[in-house]
Amino acid sequence: MAKIRGAVVIDKERCKGCEVCVVSCPCGVLALSTEVNGKGYAYSYMANPTACTGCASCAIVCPDSCIAVYRQKFPTE
Amino acid sequence: MAQKQEEVQIVPENRVYGRPALLTDRVMHYCPGCSHGTIHKLIAEVIDEMGMQDRTIGVSPVGCGVFAYNYIDIDWAEAAHGRACAVATAMKRLCPDKLIFTYQGDGDLSAIGTGETIHTCNRGESIAVIYVNNAIYGMTGGQMAPTTLVGMKTATSPNGRDVKLHGYPFKIAEMIACLEGVRYVTRQSVGTPAGVRRAKKALRKAFENSMEGKGLSFVEFVSTCNSGWKMTPVAANQWMEEHMFPFYPLGDIKNE
Repeated sequence: MAKIRGAVVIDKERCKGCEVCVVSCPCGVLALSTEVNGKGYAYSYMANPTACTGCASCAIVCPDSCIAVYRQKFPTE
Repeated sequence: MAQKQEEVQIVPENRVYGRPALLTDRVMHYCPGCSHGTIHKLIAEVIDEMGMQDRTIGVSPVGCGVFAYNYIDIDWAEAAHGRACAVATAMKRLCPDKLIFTYQGDGDLSAIGTGETIHTCNRGESIAVIYVNNAIYGMTGGQMAPTTLVGMKTATSPNGRDVKLHGYPFKIAEMIACLEGVRYVTRQSVGTPAGVRRAKKALRKAFENSMEGKGLSFVEFVSTCNSGWKMTPVAANQWMEEHMFPFYPLGDIKNE
Protein backbone atom coordinates (compact mmCIF):
# COMPACT_ATOMS: atom_id res chain seq x y z
CA MET A 1 0.00 0.00 0.00
CA ALA A 2 1.21 3.43 -0.79
CA LYS A 3 0.03 6.66 0.67
CA ILE A 4 -0.60 9.66 -1.54
CA ARG A 5 -0.08 13.11 -0.17
CA GLY A 6 -0.51 16.47 -1.75
CA ALA A 7 0.52 20.07 -1.35
CA VAL A 8 -0.55 23.31 -2.96
CA VAL A 9 1.50 26.37 -3.74
CA ILE A 10 -0.56 29.55 -3.82
CA ASP A 11 0.67 32.69 -5.54
CA LYS A 12 -0.41 34.94 -2.70
CA GLU A 13 0.08 38.20 -4.59
CA ARG A 14 -2.28 36.97 -7.30
CA CYS A 15 -4.89 35.60 -4.86
CA LYS A 16 -7.94 37.83 -4.38
CA GLY A 17 -9.28 35.99 -1.32
CA CYS A 18 -12.58 34.95 -2.93
CA GLU A 19 -12.70 31.86 -0.70
CA VAL A 20 -14.08 29.61 -3.44
CA CYS A 21 -11.10 27.24 -3.01
CA VAL A 22 -11.66 27.10 0.76
CA VAL A 23 -15.23 25.81 0.41
CA SER A 24 -14.33 23.53 -2.53
CA CYS A 25 -11.62 21.65 -0.63
CA PRO A 26 -13.05 18.26 0.42
CA CYS A 27 -10.40 17.83 3.14
CA GLY A 28 -10.59 21.22 4.88
CA VAL A 29 -6.99 22.09 4.07
CA LEU A 30 -7.31 25.72 3.06
CA ALA A 31 -8.24 28.87 4.98
CA LEU A 32 -7.96 32.61 4.48
CA SER A 33 -5.04 34.35 6.14
CA THR A 34 -5.41 37.08 8.73
CA GLU A 35 -2.67 39.03 6.95
CA VAL A 36 -3.28 40.70 3.61
CA ASN A 37 -1.24 40.75 0.40
CA GLY A 38 0.01 43.79 -1.52
CA LYS A 39 -3.45 44.44 -2.95
CA GLY A 40 -5.13 44.27 0.46
CA TYR A 41 -6.78 40.88 0.02
CA ALA A 42 -6.67 38.16 2.69
CA TYR A 43 -5.12 35.27 0.75
CA SER A 44 -5.68 31.54 0.84
CA TYR A 45 -3.10 29.32 2.54
CA MET A 46 -2.70 25.73 3.72
CA ALA A 47 -3.99 25.85 7.29
CA ASN A 48 -4.03 22.07 7.61
CA PRO A 49 -1.31 20.84 5.23
CA THR A 50 -1.22 17.22 6.41
CA ALA A 51 -4.80 16.63 5.22
CA CYS A 52 -4.07 17.52 1.58
CA THR A 53 -4.46 14.67 -0.93
CA GLY A 54 -3.57 16.72 -4.02
CA CYS A 55 -7.02 16.32 -5.58
CA ALA A 56 -6.68 19.74 -7.26
CA SER A 57 -10.31 20.75 -6.58
CA CYS A 58 -9.10 24.10 -5.26
CA ALA A 59 -6.95 24.82 -8.30
CA ILE A 60 -9.71 23.77 -10.72
CA VAL A 61 -12.20 26.30 -9.33
CA CYS A 62 -9.68 29.10 -8.70
CA PRO A 63 -10.82 32.00 -10.94
CA ASP A 64 -7.38 33.61 -10.87
CA SER A 65 -5.42 30.39 -11.56
CA CYS A 66 -3.06 31.10 -8.69
CA ILE A 67 -2.91 27.56 -7.24
CA ALA A 68 -0.41 24.91 -8.34
CA VAL A 69 -0.95 21.36 -7.03
CA TYR A 70 1.74 18.79 -6.27
CA ARG A 71 1.21 15.14 -5.45
CA GLN A 72 3.64 12.47 -4.29
CA LYS A 73 3.36 8.80 -3.47
CA PHE A 74 4.98 7.53 -0.26
CA PRO A 75 5.46 3.81 0.38
CA THR A 76 4.07 2.69 3.75
CA GLU A 77 5.27 -0.23 5.83
CA MET B 1 9.32 2.11 12.92
CA ALA B 2 8.50 5.65 13.92
CA GLN B 3 6.04 7.35 11.56
CA LYS B 4 8.07 9.86 9.63
CA GLN B 5 6.25 13.01 8.58
CA GLU B 6 6.51 12.94 4.81
CA GLU B 7 6.78 16.27 3.03
CA VAL B 8 5.63 16.56 -0.57
CA GLN B 9 8.51 17.82 -2.64
CA ILE B 10 7.66 20.90 -4.70
CA VAL B 11 9.35 19.78 -7.90
CA PRO B 12 8.08 19.76 -11.52
CA GLU B 13 7.69 15.95 -11.64
CA ASN B 14 5.21 16.07 -8.74
CA ARG B 15 3.15 18.86 -10.28
CA VAL B 16 -0.35 17.69 -11.20
CA TYR B 17 -2.14 20.95 -11.89
CA GLY B 18 -1.04 24.50 -12.45
CA ARG B 19 -1.63 27.70 -14.30
CA PRO B 20 -2.35 26.98 -17.99
CA ALA B 21 0.52 27.89 -20.33
CA LEU B 22 -1.74 30.03 -22.51
CA LEU B 23 -2.74 32.43 -19.73
CA THR B 24 -0.57 35.54 -19.67
CA ASP B 25 1.06 36.80 -16.47
CA ARG B 26 -1.23 39.78 -16.27
CA VAL B 27 -3.46 39.85 -13.16
CA MET B 28 -7.10 39.70 -14.28
CA HIS B 29 -9.14 42.82 -13.61
CA TYR B 30 -12.18 40.76 -12.59
CA CYS B 31 -13.66 41.03 -9.09
CA PRO B 32 -12.68 38.28 -6.60
CA GLY B 33 -14.53 35.05 -7.37
CA CYS B 34 -15.77 36.13 -10.81
CA SER B 35 -16.69 33.25 -13.11
CA HIS B 36 -14.95 34.95 -16.04
CA GLY B 37 -11.54 33.99 -14.65
CA THR B 38 -12.46 30.29 -14.46
CA ILE B 39 -13.93 30.34 -17.97
CA HIS B 40 -10.78 32.03 -19.34
CA LYS B 41 -8.74 29.30 -17.71
CA LEU B 42 -10.85 26.56 -19.33
CA ILE B 43 -10.54 28.16 -22.77
CA ALA B 44 -6.75 28.39 -22.33
CA GLU B 45 -6.55 24.75 -21.22
CA VAL B 46 -8.71 23.40 -24.04
CA ILE B 47 -6.89 25.35 -26.77
CA ASP B 48 -3.57 24.21 -25.36
CA GLU B 49 -4.67 20.56 -25.20
CA MET B 50 -5.90 20.73 -28.79
CA GLY B 51 -2.58 22.31 -29.84
CA MET B 52 -4.45 25.14 -31.54
CA GLN B 53 -2.66 28.18 -30.11
CA ASP B 54 -1.39 29.37 -33.51
CA ARG B 55 -4.65 28.71 -35.30
CA THR B 56 -7.24 30.19 -32.93
CA ILE B 57 -8.87 33.59 -33.15
CA GLY B 58 -11.20 34.77 -30.42
CA VAL B 59 -13.66 37.63 -30.68
CA SER B 60 -13.98 39.57 -27.46
CA PRO B 61 -17.13 41.44 -26.53
CA VAL B 62 -18.07 44.69 -24.88
CA GLY B 63 -18.70 44.12 -21.19
CA CYS B 64 -16.57 42.75 -18.39
CA GLY B 65 -15.03 40.24 -20.79
CA VAL B 66 -13.68 43.00 -23.03
CA PHE B 67 -10.08 42.52 -21.90
CA ALA B 68 -10.09 38.78 -22.60
CA TYR B 69 -7.46 39.55 -25.26
CA ASN B 70 -5.05 40.60 -22.52
CA TYR B 71 -5.29 37.29 -20.68
CA ILE B 72 -5.25 34.45 -23.22
CA ASP B 73 -2.23 34.29 -25.50
CA ILE B 74 -3.94 33.68 -28.86
CA ASP B 75 -5.08 36.00 -31.68
CA TRP B 76 -8.05 38.19 -30.89
CA ALA B 77 -10.37 40.66 -32.54
CA GLU B 78 -12.50 43.14 -30.65
CA ALA B 79 -16.03 43.54 -31.97
CA ALA B 80 -18.43 46.43 -31.57
CA HIS B 81 -21.04 45.86 -28.87
CA GLY B 82 -23.08 42.76 -29.69
CA ARG B 83 -21.48 42.21 -33.11
CA ALA B 84 -19.06 39.44 -32.18
CA CYS B 85 -20.98 36.75 -34.09
CA ALA B 86 -20.97 38.89 -37.26
CA VAL B 87 -17.21 39.45 -36.97
CA ALA B 88 -16.66 35.74 -36.31
CA THR B 89 -18.72 34.85 -39.41
CA ALA B 90 -16.42 36.91 -41.61
CA MET B 91 -13.31 35.43 -40.03
CA LYS B 92 -14.51 31.83 -40.37
CA ARG B 93 -15.43 32.32 -44.01
CA LEU B 94 -12.08 33.90 -44.82
CA CYS B 95 -10.05 31.43 -42.74
CA PRO B 96 -12.01 28.15 -42.61
CA ASP B 97 -9.02 26.27 -41.16
CA LYS B 98 -8.91 28.46 -38.06
CA LEU B 99 -10.71 27.86 -34.78
CA ILE B 100 -12.97 30.88 -34.34
CA PHE B 101 -14.93 31.52 -31.17
CA THR B 102 -16.76 34.46 -29.66
CA TYR B 103 -16.76 35.25 -25.96
CA GLN B 104 -19.83 37.23 -24.97
CA GLY B 105 -21.79 38.22 -21.92
CA ASP B 106 -25.55 38.35 -21.57
CA GLY B 107 -25.71 42.10 -22.20
CA ASP B 108 -23.69 41.69 -25.37
CA LEU B 109 -25.18 38.52 -26.82
CA SER B 110 -28.78 38.57 -25.66
CA ALA B 111 -29.53 42.31 -25.59
CA ILE B 112 -27.82 44.50 -28.17
CA GLY B 113 -26.53 41.56 -30.22
CA THR B 114 -29.65 39.36 -30.36
CA GLY B 115 -30.13 39.94 -34.09
CA GLU B 116 -26.55 39.06 -35.05
CA THR B 117 -26.56 36.04 -32.78
CA ILE B 118 -29.78 34.53 -34.08
CA HIS B 119 -28.90 35.07 -37.73
CA THR B 120 -25.42 33.61 -37.24
CA CYS B 121 -26.98 30.57 -35.57
CA ASN B 122 -29.49 30.25 -38.37
CA ARG B 123 -26.77 30.40 -41.03
CA GLY B 124 -24.99 27.57 -39.19
CA GLU B 125 -21.54 29.15 -39.25
CA SER B 126 -18.95 26.73 -37.87
CA ILE B 127 -17.94 28.84 -34.92
CA ALA B 128 -18.16 28.32 -31.17
CA VAL B 129 -20.14 30.86 -29.17
CA ILE B 130 -19.27 31.17 -25.49
CA TYR B 131 -22.04 32.92 -23.62
CA VAL B 132 -21.49 34.04 -20.03
CA ASN B 133 -24.88 34.61 -18.43
CA ASN B 134 -24.79 36.25 -15.01
CA ALA B 135 -28.28 37.78 -15.25
CA ILE B 136 -27.05 41.34 -14.78
CA TYR B 137 -25.02 44.09 -16.45
CA GLY B 138 -21.89 43.70 -14.36
CA MET B 139 -19.51 46.23 -15.88
CA THR B 140 -21.81 49.24 -15.84
CA GLY B 141 -22.95 48.82 -12.25
CA GLY B 142 -25.50 46.04 -11.94
CA GLN B 143 -28.40 47.15 -14.11
CA MET B 144 -31.19 44.79 -15.19
CA ALA B 145 -30.35 42.60 -18.18
CA PRO B 146 -32.76 40.67 -20.45
CA THR B 147 -31.73 37.56 -18.51
CA THR B 148 -32.42 38.98 -15.03
CA LEU B 149 -34.68 36.60 -13.10
CA VAL B 150 -38.25 37.56 -12.21
CA GLY B 151 -38.23 39.34 -8.86
CA MET B 152 -34.45 39.85 -8.88
CA LYS B 153 -33.36 43.23 -7.57
CA THR B 154 -30.89 45.25 -9.64
CA ALA B 155 -29.89 48.91 -9.84
CA THR B 156 -32.64 49.57 -12.41
CA SER B 157 -35.24 47.24 -10.90
CA PRO B 158 -34.97 48.12 -7.20
CA ASN B 159 -38.28 46.40 -6.41
CA GLY B 160 -37.37 43.28 -8.35
CA ARG B 161 -38.03 42.46 -11.99
CA ASP B 162 -41.72 42.91 -12.67
CA VAL B 163 -43.11 40.80 -15.50
CA LYS B 164 -45.79 43.36 -16.40
CA LEU B 165 -43.23 46.11 -16.73
CA HIS B 166 -40.10 44.31 -17.94
CA GLY B 167 -41.28 41.07 -19.47
CA TYR B 168 -39.82 37.63 -18.86
CA PRO B 169 -36.14 36.60 -18.73
CA PHE B 170 -34.64 35.50 -21.99
CA LYS B 171 -33.67 31.83 -22.48
CA ILE B 172 -31.55 32.29 -25.55
CA ALA B 173 -30.06 28.77 -25.49
CA GLU B 174 -33.50 27.15 -25.79
CA MET B 175 -34.46 29.71 -28.44
CA ILE B 176 -31.58 28.95 -30.78
CA ALA B 177 -31.71 25.18 -30.20
CA CYS B 178 -34.62 24.95 -32.64
CA LEU B 179 -32.57 26.43 -35.51
CA GLU B 180 -31.30 24.00 -38.16
CA GLY B 181 -27.80 25.46 -38.35
CA VAL B 182 -27.08 24.92 -34.68
CA ARG B 183 -25.32 21.68 -33.90
CA TYR B 184 -24.63 21.76 -30.20
CA VAL B 185 -26.24 23.77 -27.40
CA THR B 186 -25.26 23.20 -23.81
CA ARG B 187 -25.55 25.02 -20.52
CA GLN B 188 -22.80 24.70 -17.95
CA SER B 189 -21.59 26.33 -14.77
CA VAL B 190 -18.21 26.79 -13.11
CA GLY B 191 -19.16 27.19 -9.43
CA THR B 192 -17.91 23.77 -8.25
CA PRO B 193 -14.96 21.53 -9.24
CA ALA B 194 -17.35 18.97 -10.78
CA GLY B 195 -19.08 21.71 -12.76
CA VAL B 196 -15.76 23.00 -14.07
CA ARG B 197 -14.77 19.51 -15.25
CA ARG B 198 -18.08 19.07 -17.10
CA ALA B 199 -17.81 22.56 -18.59
CA LYS B 200 -14.34 21.78 -19.92
CA LYS B 201 -15.63 18.72 -21.78
CA ALA B 202 -18.46 20.79 -23.27
CA LEU B 203 -16.04 23.47 -24.38
CA ARG B 204 -13.78 20.91 -26.02
CA LYS B 205 -16.72 19.42 -27.91
CA ALA B 206 -17.76 22.88 -29.11
CA PHE B 207 -14.26 23.67 -30.35
CA GLU B 208 -13.97 20.29 -32.08
CA ASN B 209 -17.34 20.79 -33.81
CA SER B 210 -16.09 24.12 -35.02
CA MET B 211 -12.93 22.63 -36.49
CA GLU B 212 -14.85 19.82 -38.15
CA GLY B 213 -17.18 22.32 -39.83
CA LYS B 214 -20.24 20.80 -38.22
CA GLY B 215 -22.17 24.01 -37.63
CA LEU B 216 -22.53 26.36 -34.73
CA SER B 217 -21.85 25.28 -31.15
CA PHE B 218 -23.22 27.31 -28.30
CA VAL B 219 -21.92 26.97 -24.74
CA GLU B 220 -23.77 28.97 -22.12
CA PHE B 221 -22.14 29.44 -18.72
CA VAL B 222 -24.55 30.26 -15.91
CA SER B 223 -22.30 32.55 -13.90
CA THR B 224 -22.18 34.77 -10.87
CA CYS B 225 -21.64 38.49 -10.56
CA ASN B 226 -21.01 38.81 -6.85
CA SER B 227 -20.35 42.58 -7.05
CA GLY B 228 -23.52 43.20 -9.02
CA TRP B 229 -25.54 40.82 -6.88
CA LYS B 230 -23.96 42.39 -3.75
CA MET B 231 -22.91 39.07 -2.20
CA THR B 232 -19.70 37.35 -1.24
CA PRO B 233 -18.33 35.00 -3.95
CA VAL B 234 -19.30 31.92 -1.94
CA ALA B 235 -22.83 33.22 -1.23
CA ALA B 236 -23.18 34.14 -4.91
CA ASN B 237 -22.32 30.58 -5.97
CA GLN B 238 -24.95 29.30 -3.55
CA TRP B 239 -27.53 31.83 -4.76
CA MET B 240 -26.80 30.75 -8.33
CA GLU B 241 -27.50 27.12 -7.44
CA GLU B 242 -30.73 27.98 -5.63
CA HIS B 243 -32.16 30.57 -8.00
CA MET B 244 -30.44 30.45 -11.39
CA PHE B 245 -30.33 26.68 -11.92
CA PRO B 246 -34.11 26.12 -11.60
CA PHE B 247 -34.72 28.68 -14.37
CA TYR B 248 -31.58 27.97 -16.41
CA PRO B 249 -31.22 24.17 -15.99
CA LEU B 250 -27.76 22.77 -16.74
CA GLY B 251 -27.02 20.13 -19.34
CA ASP B 252 -27.08 19.57 -23.08
CA ILE B 253 -30.07 21.14 -24.81
CA LYS B 254 -29.16 19.97 -28.31
CA ASN B 255 -26.45 17.54 -29.38
CA GLU B 256 -26.59 16.23 -32.93
